[in-house]
Amino acid sequence: MPVAQRWRSAILSLIILAVLLGAWQAATRSEEGTAVVDPAYAALVGKAAASGGKTPFPGPGEVGAELWRHLEDPFYDRGPNDKGLGLQLAYSISRVLAGFLCAALVAIPLGFMIGMSPTLYQAFDPFIQVLKPISPLAWMPLALYTIKDANSSAMFVIFICSVWPMLINTAFGVGAVRQDWLNVARTLEVPRLRTARQVILPAAAPTIMTGMRISVGIAWLVIVAAEMLIGGTGIGYFVWNEWNNLSIANIICAILFIGLIGMALDLLLARAARLVSYRE
Amino acid sequence: MSRPFLEVHGLAKHYAGRDGGPSAPVFENVGFGIERGEFICVIGHSGCGKTTILNILAGIDTPSAGTIIMDGREVDGPSLERGVVFQAHALLPWMTALQNVEFGVRSRWPAYGPRKVREHSARYLEMVGLAHALDRKPAELSGGMKQRVGIARAFAIQPKMLLLDEPFGALDALTRGTIQDELLAIVRKTAQTVFMITHDVDEAILLADRILLMSTGPHARIAETVAVDLPRSRTRASLHHEARYYDIRNHLVDFLVDKAAKKEAAPS
Repeated sequence: MPVAQRWRSAILSLIILAVLLGAWQAATRSEEGTAVVDPAYAALVGKAAASGGKTPFPGPGEVGAELWRHLEDPFYDRGPNDKGLGLQLAYSISRVLAGFLCAALVAIPLGFMIGMSPTLYQAFDPFIQVLKPISPLAWMPLALYTIKDANSSAMFVIFICSVWPMLINTAFGVGAVRQDWLNVARTLEVPRLRTARQVILPAAAPTIMTGMRISVGIAWLVIVAAEMLIGGTGIGYFVWNEWNNLSIANIICAILFIGLIGMALDLLLARAARLVSYRE
Repeated sequence: MSRPFLEVHGLAKHYAGRDGGPSAPVFENVGFGIERGEFICVIGHSGCGKTTILNILAGIDTPSAGTIIMDGREVDGPSLERGVVFQAHALLPWMTALQNVEFGVRSRWPAYGPRKVREHSARYLEMVGLAHALDRKPAELSGGMKQRVGIARAFAIQPKMLLLDEPFGALDALTRGTIQDELLAIVRKTAQTVFMITHDVDEAILLADRILLMSTGPHARIAETVAVDLPRSRTRASLHHEARYYDIRNHLVDFLVDKAAKKEAAPS
């Protein structure tokens, strides 16, 4: 039965895709304009402008062709304003990973300490509550002013947006370790460090992983906006650059890839979460 | 007269009341002694502080008053000299049965190599009949098997005293009977000193040398000590054929029912 069900959902997914593509195709059929201008002028400015029509929104066919062009050669580099989509995505992914890993290195040990000590928890809480809701992009000017390097500033923005979910989840997970398990370690006179490593860490690991998953999701959302601001390289810059070129097909390709990479990052962390999960 | 192996004097526990001052004590003036190799059961209604007393003996809770002396030394914290079997087995779910036992063994004998730790731990799991389930996680074990792992973990550190907090409370009657027999056999073989909480009268008569009856809280105390003067060779099968069995059983049940009745009659 589950196999049959999987087939049914797969077919349904394909139908939804077909309907969406069909609707897209129908909506973007370019209409012929009626304005008549001088044939010589029309030859000069192009058919659409000459007939009074607007630049048409690209249909699925055009976007598909553009997509194919990107897939054929994703890593070319022809100067600062013409780099392959794959290359741009690689820049963005490397920034996200760098910022995310730095955040993990800070947030997990700090969260551990906060989670183990109610005093520290209460001392840090007001700071976390105030800093957490700040849009990470608001830090951008401060980062640019102090770090003076666009690339590092983008990583800092990723760092600052990834740090909170991991910090809060780690502190919560560590603080919520079942008293029973801690009592077992205490009655067995297990040293504190071994208790932290063998009881608290594995007990809190699923919660910590959830925090990491939320963080990487937010980081991937923020990197696009951050790169639009810093410019130069990255998928966010690519989107903005193509907007300036008015190449809607390229923007749609980029959007598609942003979604796919985001999904892959989430899937990766979901896998990792399964490794540390346990059944009671 | 020599002093008993474990002495408890004037133990009391009260929690902070709503107005900040101490509220009525859960229990007070609790005192008893346990001889080496003795099996003691505590029976009482819930809320009389049995588990708190056990936790204080284990060193994971502190009394408001009173002292505990074990083997000439005051008890003021957790120690490997007292093994604890917890009410809800409290196995670490990310470790296998063997790793759960090894967790304590490594702490008891830090000088042991990994091989020695493994052999020692496996031997205790075999003792409770789990030789075939060494590498299973707690989630893959039945309730009875989990509690067996808990018992093996407590025995494996070879404590001077074993503390059991209603270890069979969550088990079905058949499993409970089997594990009671196993526990009894191991305790007899190792001459282990045991302090156990139960709410099952038959369990107490089967296992204990002496039964401490606690009155209901607040102001709970040990109302009575009943010596179980049945032959130590008694088993679950022979227990109800013992002449004295029904006398003791009636006495215990009367105590529990009377106290309950009195509590209901008294305005609270």
